[in-house]
Amino acid sequence: MKDQRFKIAHREALIGIGLVIVNFAIWYGFAYGLGSGDPTKYTYVWGFPAWFFYSCIAGTAFMIVLIWLVLKLFFKDVPFEDGEVDE
Amino acid sequence: MHWQVIFPLFIFLIIIFGIGIWSNKHVRSSNSFLQEYFLGGREMGGFILAMTMIATYGSASSFIGGPGVAYNKGLGWVLLAMAQLPAGYFVLMILGKKFAIIARRYQAITLIDFLRERYNSHVIVILSAISIIVFLFSAMMAQWVGGARLIESLTGLNYTAALFIFAASVLIYVIIGGFRAVALTDTVQGSIMVIGTVILLIGTIVAGGGIDQIMTSLVAENPKLVTPFGAEGELTPLYVSTFWILIGVGVVGLPQIAVRAMSYKDSKSMHLAIIIGTIAIGTIMFGMHLIGVLARPVMPGIEIGDKVMPLLTLKVLPPFLAGIVLAAPMAATMSTVNALLMLVSSTVVKDIYLNYVKPTANDGEIKRASFIVTTVIGLAVVVFALNPPDLLVWLNLFAFGGLEAVFIWSVVLGLYWKKANKYGAIASMITGMTLYIVIDRFYPSIFGMHTVTIPIVASFIIFVIVSYLTANKFKDEKIFI
Repeated sequence: MKDQRFKIAHREALIGIGLVIVNFAIWYGFAYGLGSGDPTKYTYVWGFPAWFFYSCIAGTAFMIVLIWLVLKLFFKDVPFEDGEVDE
Repeated sequence: MHWQVIFPLFIFLIIIFGIGIWSNKHVRSSNSFLQEYFLGGREMGGFILAMTMIATYGSASSFIGGPGVAYNKGLGWVLLAMAQLPAGYFVLMILGKKFAIIARRYQAITLIDFLRERYNSHVIVILSAISIIVFLFSAMMAQWVGGARLIESLTGLNYTAALFIFAASVLIYVIIGGFRAVALTDTVQGSIMVIGTVILLIGTIVAGGGIDQIMTSLVAENPKLVTPFGAEGELTPLYVSTFWILIGVGVVGLPQIAVRAMSYKDSKSMHLAIIIGTIAIGTIMFGMHLIGVLARPVMPGIEIGDKVMPLLTLKVLPPFLAGIVLAAPMAATMSTVNALLMLVSSTVVKDIYLNYVKPTANDGEIKRASFIVTTVIGLAVVVFALNPPDLLVWLNLFAFGGLEAVFIWSVVLGLYWKKANKYGAIASMITGMTLYIVIDRFYPSIFGMHTVTIPIVASFIIFVIVSYLTANKFKDEKIFI
């Protein structure tokens, strides 16, 4: 039995894993990339240390926009009840 | 304590009661009692689904404990807290549509229903039921104690009286209203959590004279407070990264979260919940932990971390707003407790009583059993919370990480891997739990990683190996995944 809905579900689960990896990379990269130097010589954005701004503020905002886009572009509506599909 | 502060808290309790009574109408008129009482009739829309996920996930520690630690460790702790962002989208994307479809096909009401149908094993049902009951009962007790302490500190009542107020307010709406009441009150509670966070964040920044000034004072006190490494350089990148497994990704394995992934109405609700949930969890985790850091220059010298948030609220906000903000940790505690109570009760009724004690029970008997079990468990928690036994306090330490290690692979591989079988699942559950307890007790932060890392990795490897070794026993089995 081949259920088309499962193909969609599998693809969306993979997208979820992809998003977590992107999320982690942004979070980790900016935090330790910009934050590892001498704290008295940090540059500041909007009053926050740059590493914090990019990792925790801009990074989070970016993820929310990315998730919204992914939902719009790639996530499909499927019925959940078995009776509603032709198998 | 000011009356103006208590007034919003009081209004909040009244609304919660109202929801319980309204939900009870659905419980009484529903033609499928079990599905209605324990899953709210699988009717959750997107907003409610998002709110019940984040409210269940966010507990007293997000509002009281977390900001207290951030106060002492600085921005590094906010960084660590942001590892929780995936909790907003990852669970729903991974369990997602597949879990919703399969759960309906199996007519699963509980997570264990799904595991039983998938693996056909009594051992798995019993192991899972025991871990849920034991660990979540102790987790519930800890939250109950936290809730009572909070009322105690806000109202000046003594601990026993505070505990009874807290218990009465939660128990009544959960018992009469079931999952629907839990999800709807979670929506109110989750909204209060988000709104309270935003109000307090703004109030704190204003009181501190703006971000620039607050950061300058932090650097002047100890420059490490504004680094990602914590006030004493104790937060290493490896430790903080492996924390992701516990609080961001491993959440898939938490039964109280996973069961919500089979309660929603349709795929539109799921899509909406993903985006709302991510925004809400991002706001709460970022806001509350940042508040803890900003509080340092605003209110220096607080010795007990747990007092930072309540004291700060009373200092920087006018009394009425303070009441609204202080309702947030109450809401967070209640919304976690109510989900745990529902889950433990459904495990006892559906997975034990209906599987092993009385499979032929009719609707009336199930109804009676559900009300009685929920009441008895609720009251038992109250009794234990009066004088918490050491054993339960100890078990609570393992509750979240331990449950994640037990359930994550049996659920995820059970959904996506055809070759996953019961021997693999049993071996991985036992490995996960044992390793978690052993590492936590004897080798905390082993190799500089968070405790949960090795149990999760090891239980995955064991699951795969054992499933392959026993594969020939399952050649003819048909699996609908």
